[in-house]
Amino acid sequence: MLTRLANPATFMRVSGYALPVLAVAAALLGAYGLYLAFLASPADYQQGETVRIMYIHVPAAWLSLLFYSIMAVSALGTLVWRHPLADVSQRAAAPIGAAFTLVCLVTGSLWGKPMWGTYWVWDARLTSVLVLFLMYCGILTLWRALDDPGRAARAVAILTLVGAVNIPIVKFSVEWWSTLHQGASVFRVGGPLVDPAMLRPLFAMALAFTCFGTALHLAGMRTEILRRRVRRLTLLQAERLERAAA
Amino acid sequence: MMAEAGRHAVFIWSAYGITTVIAVALVLRAVLDHRAQRRALARLEAAGAAAPGQETGRV
Amino acid sequence: MMRTFLALVRRDLALATRVGGAGGLSLVFFLMVVTLIPFGLGPDLNLLSRIGPAILWIAGVLATLIGLDRLFQADEEDGSLDLMRLSPAPFEVVVLAKATAHWLATGLPLAVFAPLFGLLVALEPAALARTALSLLIGTPALTFAGAIGAALAASIRRGGLVIAILVVPLMVPTLIFGVAAGDPTNPASAQALTILAALTLATGAIGCIGAAAALRGGGE
Repeated sequence: MLTRLANPATFMRVSGYALPVLAVAAALLGAYGLYLAFLASPADYQQGETVRIMYIHVPAAWLSLLFYSIMAVSALGTLVWRHPLADVSQRAAAPIGAAFTLVCLVTGSLWGKPMWGTYWVWDARLTSVLVLFLMYCGILTLWRALDDPGRAARAVAILTLVGAVNIPIVKFSVEWWSTLHQGASVFRVGGPLVDPAMLRPLFAMALAFTCFGTALHLAGMRTEILRRRVRRLTLLQAERLERAAA
Repeated sequence: MMAEAGRHAVFIWSAYGITTVIAVALVLRAVLDHRAQRRALARLEAAGAAAPGQETGRV
Repeated sequence: MMRTFLALVRRDLALATRVGGAGGLSLVFFLMVVTLIPFGLGPDLNLLSRIGPAILWIAGVLATLIGLDRLFQADEEDGSLDLMRLSPAPFEVVVLAKATAHWLATGLPLAVFAPLFGLLVALEPAALARTALSLLIGTPALTFAGAIGAALAASIRRGGLVIAILVVPLMVPTLIFGVAAGDPTNPASAQALTILAALTLATGAIGCIGAAAALRGGGE
């Protein structure tokens, strides 16, 4: 199944069917999630109405890690099996992951202002997400800096895997560092989210985000395949023109 | 709901607003980029760079 | 293998000590950064001595970053890297040798001169010794993390900025434990020093394997 899907032509056909399904699922789930988030769920006794920010903040955090995992698995595909579809998957995932990490940071900061009284706290969680965002920036920079797609994919794959080792180390060191500098009152994110009335919108939104992200990823991969075809045909054409001129 | 979002309404709405802007930007980027590549491919094929069927199966 | 390693270290050190090499320059740059920070913060000695280890460590990170772009690029351009690829020694050893030479020319002088520069930011003798020790143990981790970035960007012209963006997230843990280990008032500083040593060893292994893989991929 997977090897058959790994054929780009098959991938184009199957993803062509999957894409609209995923997009519709994302829209329906998103609408249902928003309905639950704003109309059918109570305010938190501790966070008040700001708990509603969590319904996008937590799914965004989940996707930021999911997309890094997708990139890491694809990086293995690039380095071990040298599969072109893995290169394409890596490349398409990077900007989407970076965007969701940014959403996570911005919504976290907007939640922090009313809850902590400040937009930014050097809390262990926020800080590790910030470092994750910096790593996404590095990966995007490297994609832009290298021209040849195959070579860029191998270089980015190495960086992604090194980063995958780095993420838990950063998490550990930042936690160690923030308990050392424990000063400001730290209000745990996620702790108060136990009421089932709040879990339901959270799950709906997380599913909606996942469908949305997957649809974007598939669309990105399709475009990337086209881009490579365009690149190869352009090179072929230039070659032919050169031969004709000679 | 909206009015009851209370004194923190600004933060809630800006969080949802910024998320919407980023999501729309992602979708727009995907659609426009796909269209641009399709057009480039069509142009190349019209110029006779390669028969369309010949290229499938390879990335 | 050992002979290849030593020969490469000797060659790179000779290149670094020549005019235009990284060695003395990065030390001067280190001094510049340490001088610059009090101008930004004001001459409050209490504040400076409190953040002294952090100043020295950040200056160390910046000084390491400065010299990185030429670590592999010069050899990539003149083709000597291709010869090293052909040598019977594993390519990881080549990377280890080049990183060691880079550290001997930049990291080691920083650690040795750190007590001197620490006086500028009013560090107590105990803090001077601890910061110098933490730099001695921790700067190799900075170099090895930097080697990955330098290898990935070896073919990029003017890759200095790209390398900095790739490498800084990898240096965050080292910086955290390095500064903590340099502060004698910190109750966990001994623990931090142990973790710093572990980070140097781990980054050494990952850095050599990663940089070698990156340079092999680049040569195809």
